[in-house]
Amino acid sequence: MTAMRKVIILGATSRIALEIQRLLVRRGRELLLVARSPERLADLQADLLVRGAHQVLTYSADLASIQQHAAIFEFARHTLPDFDTVLLAFGSMHDQKDSETSVDILLKELHVNFVSATAILTLFAADLERRRTGCLAAITSVAGDRGRRSNYVYGSSKGALSLFLQGLRSRLHPAGVRVITIKPGPVQTPMTDHLANSARFADPEQVARDIVRALEQRSPDVLYTPKIWRYIMAAIQQIPETIFKRLSF
Amino acid sequence: MSGQSAATLCKQPAAPPPTERILSWGRYPKTAHHRVHKPAWNDQVPDILRDAAPGSLLPYGLGRSYGDSCLNDGRDLIDCRRLNRILGFDESTGMLRCESGVSLSDLIDVFLPKGWFLPVTPGTRFVTVGGAIANDVHGKNHHCAGTFGAHVRQIGLHRSNDGLVICNSEDNLDMLRATIGGIGLTGVIAWADIQLKRVAGPWIEAESIPFQSLGTFLDLSRESNDHFEYTVGWLDCFAGRHPRGIFFRGNHSADRGKEFHPKRGPKLPFALPAWMLNHYSVTAFNTAYYKIHAARKHAAVVPYDSFFYPLDSIRQWNLLYGKQGFLQYQCVIPETKIEAVEELLDRVARSGMGSFLGVLKQFGSAPPVGMLSFPRPGLTIALDFAMRGQRTLKLMQSLDEVVQQSGGALYPAKDARMSSPLFEASFPRWRGFVPCIDPKMSSSFWRRVTEAQ
Repeated sequence: MTAMRKVIILGATSRIALEIQRLLVRRGRELLLVARSPERLADLQADLLVRGAHQVLTYSADLASIQQHAAIFEFARHTLPDFDTVLLAFGSMHDQKDSETSVDILLKELHVNFVSATAILTLFAADLERRRTGCLAAITSVAGDRGRRSNYVYGSSKGALSLFLQGLRSRLHPAGVRVITIKPGPVQTPMTDHLANSARFADPEQVARDIVRALEQRSPDVLYTPKIWRYIMAAIQQIPETIFKRLSF
Repeated sequence: MSGQSAATLCKQPAAPPPTERILSWGRYPKTAHHRVHKPAWNDQVPDILRDAAPGSLLPYGLGRSYGDSCLNDGRDLIDCRRLNRILGFDESTGMLRCESGVSLSDLIDVFLPKGWFLPVTPGTRFVTVGGAIANDVHGKNHHCAGTFGAHVRQIGLHRSNDGLVICNSEDNLDMLRATIGGIGLTGVIAWADIQLKRVAGPWIEAESIPFQSLGTFLDLSRESNDHFEYTVGWLDCFAGRHPRGIFFRGNHSADRGKEFHPKRGPKLPFALPAWMLNHYSVTAFNTAYYKIHAARKHAAVVPYDSFFYPLDSIRQWNLLYGKQGFLQYQCVIPETKIEAVEELLDRVARSGMGSFLGVLKQFGSAPPVGMLSFPRPGLTIALDFAMRGQRTLKLMQSLDEVVQQSGGALYPAKDARMSSPLFEASFPRWRGFVPCIDPKMSSSFWRRVTEAQ
């Protein structure tokens, strides 16, 4: 396994990705940022360059559109051929109630969080496997550890992604490619602003620090951030289903 | 513009109930906001402005205003802290463009290692660029550098009816002068161009000199202003008419080099019980502070952060004042009315409600840049008072009389209770400012000081 030097960030305009990028730039890493809005990418690029980045490449594409994945991958192979780290940071969270009444919204959520995510990871995984190097990391969620009444659509899409990463990790292990499953607890981001008590959620900067540390070290395979969520989720998973189905959270 | 009726506000689409408690630094008054918008990108701001009811919004930064000028009780705030990108920097000229939610702290971390520093910095680094402009903040170098706004070359301003308005000395100069010191009422600052200042490094050659009267303070200040970039006085306000204090002055050090390792200070975890801050504990603190500084070495090379931001080393120091919070009283008094400052200090001393850290500074004579800029030639004094209800408010009213009679002014960024007449007297140009207010903007402060009209 080689050290992290050249990092591709899928979903670069997400709040957590933004904090991660600033930390990576401070450590002298080169970046390729992928996100939908060219204007936002330009602002991000300017920000990171002033903050001391050596190289920040950008590519504007809709990651939810699988047709565009091949072009993203080709761009990455040509502009940053020896990339060693890919971080998947995009996701969507609709109001759970909406996806209970609208199959369209349900499918959209599953598509963004699971289908598109696994599709693009598969492209990059093959390249790293062939080169027998590097690291794939994806932000899923603690919500994927157990289906809850209030959040099971988002939860199942992220849970499925976690399961996919688990298998991918085992597949890539012989090639020396590392796969990190990142499970943040609730974080203060635009995705969670509409939730009650969002002011008490974790600070995205702290979560980003945990993620960068995990990227730089050899362990863990599964990162819970903030760390307390490892224990909270361990406890929640112990609750018998007969009791759990009566809980409304 | 200010008298927005409750009925108009109710027409807004249903929003989540107020879950987030946003208070100002003084934690007084206690407010409840209807909704807090948190745009992550400048392209989201126009929609927020368009969908809002008239007079319902106010931009919010790091909440370091002490009173209610950053609050909008019962209405909405636009939390700008996620608009924190640096959009460009010219290494040869030091011209910076950044979004309004970037903190001064962040700018120091990025630019001081490159040899650039803020042209003007207030006593805390935890304010946003937007807040520094909106309050046209001043610092220890006011006598030679003027206010923060004097170094703002251009502003991109989101307005609810004209989109993004570019304001500089050629275009929309009035809007520029209204936005600098305009306490957030003219729109949402998208970005600003600020001229940074070249410095030799992060160290300050500082001197501290004890003084025993206002006259000595002024003499020290006058003799220092030509040779020292930074001057300020600390005051023990329990001493009354002839206060003692410490005069600090300093320059950037050219000899000490650039290496520097910042330290992170302790944090006050919760509001202290009110009884801990009383006449005896504050007197003891002030005496100790005076004696330590009076006895200490006269001159020393110190890190910039302990020189500019001594209070930042205790995060959330505002919780010292307990649950009821505190009020800061900052006024400016013409230098010819030095006896008015003595009268103020006398009234404070007699009340027995004095504070830690009284701050004294002689402002320079640069003309104000903003229509509502507070700094003007004279002596400014800032005092903290724990909020103890009517007793505290009465004391401050009696201080108001002195300020108004002397032709002085109060600082909106520090205020939670000044009367409309005192506001009018402090800012005689305020009516000229009114046409520049964005129709979607209002604040608790603005309604309070103008509603009586």
